[in-house]
Amino acid sequence: MQRITEFVAGLLFGMGLLLSGMSDPGKVLGFLDLFGAWDPSLAFVMGGAILVGVFAFAVAKKRTTNILGGALHLPKANQIDRRLVIGALLFGAGWGLAGFCPGPGLVSMFSGQPKAAVFVVSMIAGMLLFEAADRFIHQPRARQASAR
Amino acid sequence: MVIDWANFTPWASLGGGIVLGLASAIFILFNGRILGISGILGGLMSPRMGDVGWRIAFLLGMAAAPALFALIAPPGMLSAPRIDAGYGLIVAAGLLVGLGTRYGSGCTSGHGVCGLSRLSPRSLVATLTFMGAGFAMVFVLRHVL
Repeated sequence: MQRITEFVAGLLFGMGLLLSGMSDPGKVLGFLDLFGAWDPSLAFVMGGAILVGVFAFAVAKKRTTNILGGALHLPKANQIDRRLVIGALLFGAGWGLAGFCPGPGLVSMFSGQPKAAVFVVSMIAGMLLFEAADRFIHQPRARQASAR
Repeated sequence: MVIDWANFTPWASLGGGIVLGLASAIFILFNGRILGISGILGGLMSPRMGDVGWRIAFLLGMAAAPALFALIAPPGMLSAPRIDAGYGLIVAAGLLVGLGTRYGSGCTSGHGVCGLSRLSPRSLVATLTFMGAGFAMVFVLRHVL
């Protein structure tokens, strides 16, 4: 049952990206181009998603388990630190470069776009780079321990 | 500010946004997870026992989306995406997006949709920051260089 709802969530999410125009980098860049001919459509995407999301998360916050009886993983982190801001700056810069963020990159790749596949492979390389850097910079002791 | 009315699609975008919200609602209420693409994919980079199946099931759903969308969408909605960036720019963009979303613990879905929906100040700061950086990057690329 769990696997079915996970699959359905992914399916709906992908279709939402396609319907909304988020999966079209040209449209995304039209939204990010505030000082050119600005296409405000993507503000409607965010608005529609949050409209539904606010209710879902209000319900989730009152529960201790999910509807299927399993764990409910609500984020506990609340600190606004340098990591958060630097990460968001890097992500935003990359988003503005080509018009792809992670979800639309994946769904365009699954639609058979070669450039999206190159984006996804590069994104995975960036994620692996993070894993390596994180281990090296932030957990040197754990790294030494595992090396022994 | 000049509005690009020719490309403005308020209804499709609002409808698509509602579908994204529904997907996020299903994921948190039925699976107890935040629907954040960079987190779902990034978690596979250092896989842990019992933490892989749900990620794969979700990604398989996403993989099936284009085919189902093509079946049910009206013909006018099936325009090919415009990907103007060359391969060099695409690679740079991918590296920045992969690194940045993991470093900042989220992207447009995890911070933007889910974080704002649960009224998280941390996600609001992240969302304003990556949108600001996106606006700035496009401004530089299109109006400065």
